[in-house]
This record gives sequence, C-alpha cells and structure tokens, in this order.
Amino acid sequence: MADLHCNIAGVASINPFWLASAPPTDKKINVERAFRAGWGGAVWKTVTVDPPVINVASRYGVHKDHHGTILGINNNELISDRPLDVNLREIEELRREWPDRVIIGSLMAVLDEQAWKEVAIKLANAGVQGIELNLGCPHGMCERGMGSAIGQVAELVEKTTRWVREAVDLPVFTKLTPNITDILVPAEAAHKGGAHAVSLINTINSIVSVDLQRMAPRPTVDTAGTHGGYCGSAVKPIALNMVAEIARDPALKDLEISAIGGITTWSDAAEFIALGASGVQVCTAAMLYGFRIVDDMIDGLGRFMDQQGYRTLDDFRGKARAHVVDWNALNMNFDVKAHIDTASCIECGRCHIACEDTAHQAIRIETGDDGSRRFTVDDAECVGCNLCQHVCPVAGCIEMRVVENGLPPLTWPEHPLNPLRADPQTVSV
Amino acid sequence: MSKQLVVSHAGAGLSPCDIADNFADLHPPLDRGAAAAEASRCLYCYDAPCMNACPTHIDIPGFIHQIATDNALGAAQRILNENIMGGTCARACPTEILCEGACVVNKTEGAPVKIGQLQRFAVDRLLDAPSPHPFGRAPASGRRMAVVGAGPAGLSFAHRAAMLGHDVDVYEARPKAGGLNEYGLATYKMVDDFAQREVAFLLGIGGIALHSGKMLGRDIHLDDLAREYDAVFLALGLGGAARLDVPGEELSGVGDALGFISRLRQEADKSAVAVGGQVVVIGGGNTAIDAAMQARCLGAASVTLAYRRGPEQMGATAWEQDLARLNGIAIRTWAQPVAIEGDGHVERVRFAVTELVDGRLAATGETFVLPADQVLVAVGQQMVRTGLDGLRADGAKLWVDDDYQTSRPGIFAGGDCIRRGDDLTVQAVEDGKQAAVRVDARLRAKGRD
Ligand SMILES: Cc1cc2nc3c(=O)[nH]c(=O)nc-3n(C[C@H](O)[C@H](O)[C@H](O)COP(=O)(O)OP(=O)(O)OC[C@H]3O[C@@H](n4cnc5c(N)ncnc54)[C@H](O)[C@@H]3O)c2cc1C
Ligand SMILES: Cc1cc2nc3c(=O)[nH]c(=O)nc-3n(C[C@H](O)[C@H](O)[C@H](O)COP(=O)(O)O)c2cc1C
Ligand code: SF4
Repeated sequence: MADLHCNIAGVASINPFWLASAPPTDKKINVERAFRAGWGGAVWKTVTVDPPVINVASRYGVHKDHHGTILGINNNELISDRPLDVNLREIEELRREWPDRVIIGSLMAVLDEQAWKEVAIKLANAGVQGIELNLGCPHGMCERGMGSAIGQVAELVEKTTRWVREAVDLPVFTKLTPNITDILVPAEAAHKGGAHAVSLINTINSIVSVDLQRMAPRPTVDTAGTHGGYCGSAVKPIALNMVAEIARDPALKDLEISAIGGITTWSDAAEFIALGASGVQVCTAAMLYGFRIVDDMIDGLGRFMDQQGYRTLDDFRGKARAHVVDWNALNMNFDVKAHIDTASCIECGRCHIACEDTAHQAIRIETGDDGSRRFTVDDAECVGCNLCQHVCPVAGCIEMRVVENGLPPLTWPEHPLNPLRADPQTVSV
Repeated sequence: MSKQLVVSHAGAGLSPCDIADNFADLHPPLDRGAAAAEASRCLYCYDAPCMNACPTHIDIPGFIHQIATDNALGAAQRILNENIMGGTCARACPTEILCEGACVVNKTEGAPVKIGQLQRFAVDRLLDAPSPHPFGRAPASGRRMAVVGAGPAGLSFAHRAAMLGHDVDVYEARPKAGGLNEYGLATYKMVDDFAQREVAFLLGIGGIALHSGKMLGRDIHLDDLAREYDAVFLALGLGGAARLDVPGEELSGVGDALGFISRLRQEADKSAVAVGGQVVVIGGGNTAIDAAMQARCLGAASVTLAYRRGPEQMGATAWEQDLARLNGIAIRTWAQPVAIEGDGHVERVRFAVTELVDGRLAATGETFVLPADQVLVAVGQQMVRTGLDGLRADGAKLWVDDDYQTSRPGIFAGGDCIRRGDDLTVQAVEDGKQAAVRVDARLRAKGRD
C-alpha cells in the first residue's frame, strides 16, 4: 500500500488527515477518540487569554439538497469556552499519550502583542508541534476585534504572524478567512510576517435559511439570528480555488498549504493535494458522520495512489497545479461536441430541454412509430459547453468527443478577432 | 421485485433457452450507477442495526459509504474482513430476516437498502479485478491444522487460520470444495460457477492445501488427525437427507430434494436434468422452496409444495414463500403424507389433513390425494456420525463449548454440524472464523506456558 506519511512545514504526520480547529478538537475526550479512529493530527479548538467566551443556543443551521443530505453547516459558535489552563493540561496529556500524532495549537487575541505572545508561548510549553493563528472567525469574535477583524486587514495579518514567529520556535500556520476579495493579499501578508504555512479556508459569512414562521434567520436564538460561518462540502469549490490561487503564485512558492473546506472523502483530499496542499484539515464531515470517516479517507487515498503508481504523497502533490491557468491561456482552437449513446439513453429528455431552453438548441428529438424517442446532437449547433452531459442521469451516456480540427493552439491574446491583440511580432516569447 | 419464471403450460415443455433464462440470476447484479444510487439511500447509522443482525457483523454502513465514495475495492475488503464468503452470502443470505430486515430505511421508506446486492457489487469488483489476494499472513507459527469438510465453515476456518500464520490441510469427501455452496444452494443464486471462483479466491491466501476425495471414517481417521495436527476442525455439515418413512418411498420418481438440486448444480446444460410434469415437494423449509422453484424452472407444469404444519411454522421465509407463489407453485399446508402410491413409478401421494390440538400435531381424519409423477422429499438433513466415535452429541448434532471445542480436547467443530444460530451459510462462515481465532488464542497461550 502507498505511503501516506506527510510533512507539512516541518511537522511530520502519519497521514495527511488532520481535524480542523473546531468542536471535534474541543476537548481531550474528542481528540483521543479521533486519534483512536486514525486521524493523523488535530488543530486544537482556538484558545485565547482568559476569561473564556460564553456561547449561545442554538448554534447550527444547515443547507440540504432535495434528498435531505446536508451540503453545508452554518454556525455561530465562538472559540473554546473552557479556561486556558484546562486546554493546556489536556494538550500536554495527549502529547504524552499519543507521541506519533500531531497537535497544533490554535490561538486568537485582540490586537495586543503581549496577549498573542503570551498564549503562543503557553501553547508551545504544552508541547504543540505548531501554532495556527485563527484570523478567520467571521462572527462574534470579529465584533470584539479578533478573528476576521484582523484577517481582513493585510497589515494586521502580517503583524500578528510576526508576533507569533518571534514568540516561539515552532512552525507557524496562519489561518485565512475567505471573506475577502483576493485571497492572495492576506496570503502574501502572512508570508511577509514569516508564516511557514497558511491554513485555508475558515468559514464563509452566511445566512443558511430564514424561518418563515418566526421571520428570523436560522439558527434562531430567542427571536433573532445572526450571520454565521458556512462550511461543509458546499464550500469545497471556493476552497479549491483559493488554494489554487496561492499554490500557483510564484512569489508564494515556499509557503506551504494546509487545505481546509468541505473535505468529506478521500478524493476531496486528493484534489487539494493535487493542487499543491501538503496536508488537509476536516471539520464538518467529522461533525456529520463521526471520526470513523477517516477510515475510507485513508483506505481510498491509498488505493487511488496504488492504482496510479504513486508511492508517496509527494509523487502527485501539485501535479494539477500547472494545469490551473488564467482564462487567457486557454486554447481557443480546442473543440468538443456532445455525442449521445442512443443504446444507453433512457429517453428522459433532460439534455434536450437544458440545451433547448438555456444553451444552443443543438439536441434533436426524433419520435419513432412506437413512440420511442431518439436524441441526437447537431454538431453544427453544439458549442461543446457540457451542460447536457452534466444533467444526463445515465453515467457515460453523453460523451464529449474531441474534434480533430488540426488547428494549432491559440489563445485570446493571440486571437485575430481580439481588438486588443498585441502585434504578433511582439507577442513572440 | 421478484423473479418471474417462464412457465410451462399443460403439456408444452420449455425450450432449453427458456430453461437457461429461468436459471439466470435471481437478482440481476447492480451496475455502478445503480450501486451508487442505492448506496446513497443508506443513512450511515452508527452501531447499525443491520450490522448487528448479520451473524458475521460486517461493517455495513462502512462498506456502503465506500461504495458511495467510489471505493468499491475498499468496500469489498471491509466485507471480506469479517466474512471471507461475502460473495456467496450476498447471493444466498435470506437478507429479509437478517441485515435488510433490520434496516431502518424500512421505517422511513417502506423498503430496505439493498444491502445484499450492494455487497455483491463490491465483492464482485474485487474478485473480477486481477489483484493480489487482499489479506496477508502473519509470520509462520510452525503449527499445522486439519480441517474436515470444505464447506463454508471449513473454508472460513482455513482462511482465518492461514491469516493467523498457521498451515492448514483441508480434507473433503466430495470431488469439489465449497460444500453446499457448490452442491446445495439454488442454481439461480450461484450462476457462473461462482462457488468455485470464490474457493479459488479464498485459497489465494496461501498456506492451505486441499485434499479432495478424502472422507473421514474411510480414508482418514480422527485419532490420526489428532496425533498429527496441533488442532482439528470438523466442518462436516449435515450429510444425509432425512427419510419420510411412509410406504412407497422406494418407488421410482421419488427422491430427496438435495440430490435433485445437486444434480442440477453439477449439470452444465440444465435442460438435461429430467423433471416430472406434476411435481410434489414435501417439506416446508428453504430446501423445499428451492426444489419446487427449480422444478418449475425446468418446466414442470404443476408443482405443489406440501407441508404438515401451518404457514407460520414453515422454515422458508415469507419472501421465499411469496417468490414460490408468484411463480405458480401451490403451497398446501396442514398436509401430512401418509403413502406414496403407484405401480413401479409414483402416480399419487396420499395426505392426511392435520391440525394443532393443544399444541400437538394431530390428524383430523380427513385425507386427500395429489396426482404426481415426481416426488421430492425435503424434510431436513441428518448428521452422518461415521468416524466421530467418542464425541459427545448435542441432540442430533455435535456438542461444543463456547470456544467451539468438542468433548475431545484439540478437536473443534462448527457450521451446520453444531447447534449455534441458524443453519445458514453466513452462520457457518462466522463459526469457522471465530473457531480459528479461538484455536489460535489457545495455542498461543499454551505456547507461552
Ligand atoms: C438445498 C439447500 C439450500 C440452502 N440454501 C441456503 C441459502 O439460500 N442461504 C443460506 O444462507 N443457507 C442455505 N442453506 C444452508 C447452508 O447451505 C448451510 O448452512 C451451510 O452450507 C453449512 O455450511 P457447513 O460448512 O457447515 O456445511 P456444508 O456446506 O454442508 O459442508 C460440509 C462439507 O463437509 C464435507 N463432508 C461431510 N462429511 C465428511 C466426511 N466424513 N469426510 C470429509 N468431508 C465430509 C461435505 O462433502 C461438505 O463439502 C441451504 C441448505 C440446503 C441443503
Ligand atoms: C462549529 C464550528 C466552530 C468552529 N470553530 C473554529 C475555531 O474555533 N477556530 C478555527 O480556526 N476555526 C473554526 N471553525 C472553522 C473550521 O476549522 C474550518 O475552517 C471550516 O469549518 C471549514 O472546514 P470544513 O468544511 O471541513 O468544515 C469552526 C467551524 C465550525 C463548524
Ligand atoms: S448534539 Fe443534541 S444532545 Fe448533543 S449537545 Fe447538541 S443539541 Fe444537545
């Protein structure tokens, strides 16, 4: 079986699966169960200087698909609501009892150098193998000048990162908030501040639903609700993009990435690693299904690697990165056309109506004498958009076939119809 | 949806092609899309009721989750971890009274997740993939074990013992291994020579030598085995068919159902097996249903299953009774055969109508006659005790302690030949697995003394 050991910012882990700083890593009892289930590491629930925060009830709202499967959770929870020394003692005990597992300490504080440094040092003394700065919490804490209040201002990201670097001799992970316009701005600030790695994403500002009887957002606390932080598989696409943006920025090439956001299965994890992440963190999937899901994450990732001939994670880490490009670098001469396999078609008509109403009117229906329907693609109208293939309920029925047009690759900047096209002479590489 | 056979109408026989169709898969296998859709119905229960209803305790939510994540090989390994004959069990288990009967989705949707079919989907992927055997062996223990009987119990024991580092010799009286997987399960449950493919897969672990045509009490003897091996595991099943003990049982056209089924199982061209036009099956268990169904598959125009007690007492599950009825098999309950009549060949069976009087079966005095040109007797199997002298009995079976040890130290037993759980393939597999683990623990403890 493939070797799943990984190393992120100098922290060695038996596998790339860590629990993100959140309720699953709130107490010794949880983390111990997680380690027993096979998780490689845990980023402890965020701590700060005492007194601890107080939480409200209820705390969670969910967004479901029409089968009732939870796509995302929204929460209004704050950070650890237990005294700092209780957290520190439990971390110390676990470090002793589970020497082969990773514990990263997560902290936040107001903009006070003393506070940041003091908590960082206490965590280091408890034995954590790295420190994560929580600059992302998008509710409650930001109203007190912490979390995303710091994470949304580049200079403060740099400053707090530097404070922690100065305070401890441990790998430093700066955890970024996605509630910004350009993820590269805080990533570059973290890099300047001396971060060894960035962890992303934290939760996204959201109102998950409105209770139409009580006329208030869910979760409703007494009569009102607040926006919360959104996470779970629904946020994975956003996280993938942000991770890719950082991974392919040459200025950040020595900044490692601990990827977070919607990771639920082994293939989700593999995708983040393929984009360049060194390891991954999981919160919602564990909250929904329990720690046992790590079993299939480990098993499935190992089997995938065996099938592909990857011995270690490094063998495929970042392999997809070079294939993430700007739109301007796409080959405009590449063409595909949909092809419907009539033998496996169940005649549902989904492809036709999708194309007819909202795409390019390229799917024809012929009705036979017996009432059976035959769906075919008119190549002249098909623009190769892929919509029909996505809505088709039969796997493999609609295939996108490459058109062998013999044309050389051509990008928009080089395109003859581009009014801003640079002179071909000056474009040459 | 239950299987519907092509049936024969009075006088007209079935074509070999119809017969072959009738013997095709009872439940056609799921393809990848159907398996993914079915897997998505699973609620991924914790400490799931289905798991506890499975005698081998397969982690069912775990393997279904793996099918949903497109990790079918991981799912298969998880199944085989607990049940090395997960492939046969997926095909043959009466899931309606085991895992699927316990599935909580029955309560929310009125029908369970198709656990058996998902299990088959996963295990078939693994068996079809040209991959190395998925289990390794512990360092060689230097110990040797003998297994008598290569049915599910014996092979499950052998596989687990090999995994634990022991070398195993398996002695089997019949020419082929597999026990009732090969000679007893209904043809339409085990298409495409699955029993032999599974045996080959199981032996792929190494360390197991199969000696077929070797019968205990004739070619090999308990005393010798006890002397030569560190442990002996008896997995003899229930060899002999019980008799009816009514006049006329010796007439031609009267035979035991198991013999009929095993002939069918061994025949490549099923249409070569003779069947009557009016078949009467006597018995109320799964074997009776299987025999009746398979007679119908062959084209018998009329098949009646006669059972001496009521429908509630029948060993066959409700699902199997429905399957039989759906396929035109008449089920007559409260009917006790009293004589089989005919001139050389069977022509009719005479029955007494029965009832329960104070909980005991009694004849009402009424009788009736069913015309028949073939009678299949399925009134249970009895243990053959040849070669087992000196072992304590438990009713008609072998006595064992909690660790599967018989009254003779070092001799263990499991499967149908002991009294534990139901006489089902899955229980036999569990017995074999557990017995191997216990034997291993005992030997290792002894080694330390
Ligand atoms: C017709 C029929 C249909 C069935 N259908 C189902 C079903 O659909 N689902 C289900 O779960 N269960 C079914 N069962 C029950 C199931 O087949 C048994 O519970 C299971 O096979 C028991 O396994 P075993 O290993 O104990 O015995 P067996 O499968 O009987 O194997 C015993 C082996 O020992 C060998 N043997 C016996 N005596 C000797 C000897 N003296 N020396 C050497 N070898 C010997 C035999 O040849 C045989 O290979 C059915 C049973 C019958 C009879
Ligand atoms: C209830 C809840 C509490 C959280 N608390 C914290 C926290 O204290 N510190 C932190 O850095 N992130 C916190 N997070 C964010 C998670 O660590 C993670 O970044 C986010 O949920 C995205 O990952 P996911 O999609 O796997 O859940 C919390 C998330 C949830 C759902
Ligand atoms: S999960 Fe349910 S029982 Fe547990 S704390 Fe939350 S509301 Fe209470």
